[in-house]
Amino acid sequence: MCLAVPGQVESIHEENGTRMGRVNFGGVVKEICLAYLPDILVGDYTIVHVGFAISKIDEASAQATLRTFAELGLLEEGLEELRAGDEVDGALADPT
Amino acid sequence: MKHLTEYRDAEQARRLVAEIGRVVTRPWAIMEVCGGQTHSIIRNGIDQLLPPEVEMIHGPGCPVCVTPLEVIDRALAIAADPRVIFCSFGDMLRVPGSRENLFAVKGRGGDVRVVYSPLDAVKLARQHPDREVVFLAIGFETTAPANAMAVKLAKREGLRNFSMLVSHVLVPPAIHAIMRSPGNRVNAFLAAGHVCSVMGTWQYPPLADRFRVPIVITGFEPLDLLDGIRRTVLQLEQGRHEVENAYARVVSERGNEAAQAVIAEVFTPQDRAWRGIGVIPGSGWSLSADYRDFDAEERFAVSGITTTESPLCRSGEVLKGTLKPNQCPAFGKECTPRRPLGATMVSGEGACAAYYNAGRFLEGSGTA
Ligand code: SF4
Repeated sequence: MCLAVPGQVESIHEENGTRMGRVNFGGVVKEICLAYLPDILVGDYTIVHVGFAISKIDEASAQATLRTFAELGLLEEGLEELRAGDEVDGALADPT
Repeated sequence: MKHLTEYRDAEQARRLVAEIGRVVTRPWAIMEVCGGQTHSIIRNGIDQLLPPEVEMIHGPGCPVCVTPLEVIDRALAIAADPRVIFCSFGDMLRVPGSRENLFAVKGRGGDVRVVYSPLDAVKLARQHPDREVVFLAIGFETTAPANAMAVKLAKREGLRNFSMLVSHVLVPPAIHAIMRSPGNRVNAFLAAGHVCSVMGTWQYPPLADRFRVPIVITGFEPLDLLDGIRRTVLQLEQGRHEVENAYARVVSERGNEAAQAVIAEVFTPQDRAWRGIGVIPGSGWSLSADYRDFDAEERFAVSGITTTESPLCRSGEVLKGTLKPNQCPAFGKECTPRRPLGATMVSGEGACAAYYNAGRFLEGSGTA
């Protein structure tokens, strides 16, 4: 659960007064909290852990990390964790 | 075992391994603290590429593994409460409590949900004002900013139906405890890159000085790990004991100060029991006085918890690095990832699961 996955910021918005953004992880896009990186801009890369961007990184090392994770099969695990949140969204869609 | 040629940067990996072999003259034991690094080392067979003098000892840096049994049992009791939506990271669902795990509670109709982020739990609390939403907040310093922000937002929004069962652990006090434990063999540490991306590197020089132990902040990829090991061996051979940052593309000296500020507001240091290890002074965070209203432990009075560990499980020795997973007599027999006896067999970051998944059955003095 400690794996932090690199992704690219696609857009930035405010939600209930908190800085949020949509971040693309090798094709999977998630809503991520950007409150801890007040200077990050659209197009920048960041490593993300449990829904929070914690450190900005450059594009080359983001790509290299994504490639290694993919080779090791770690990316699948990381993406599975990312998708875990969808269970919540699904539950929310259910009016019961 | 993996071969160097399988690495994308095989040439560079070969050079790092050769360099380590060239400088090493004596046996050294290097502990990687972080479970993510354990996972990568075992999966990539990095320990098997190293010269025989260099031994990798796997540290206690798997948050799922060190969460005390008492906390798991408390979580199970709270999750069984029909008013509660109990939220947790996926890894925690299979961790054995004294009698069962969260999956079993879910199977009996308990509302147990896997979330990716603690913010998902806050969202659930917003959507279900008639229910109590409880989040099991475990993790090292890497996870703390997320959990701290979740409570901060819940308080700002006045979400009275949100609370957290907090069991946070910290790396520097664990290094301290390992160096002071009787029979310690660790000569150097690889420190966890992502922990340091939040906390920076400034916490480590006092430890390196006090225990005269090299500490190299290291990433997770094979080349990162080999480079970190090379730097620690160089220091050891030259009699140096410094903090080096081998992961500067992610980690700065000061770390993420915005995150540290929110952590300092929401959490307060406290003594914490580590599963299999015992109490380490100042090694955890709990909610600070301003946020105590969100403490699930206080909101749900669970009494009469008596914990019992599996008598076969030796994960305490595994976590302290004194026993290799495959030297545990239950490894791969009574204990497998499908039927884990200890938490170190559950999480992919746990040393027992890492050994099992990599098929490490044959070496060591243990089982077949
Ligand atoms: S192999 Fe299983 S029983 Fe043995 S120490 Fe690891 S988790 Fe415990």
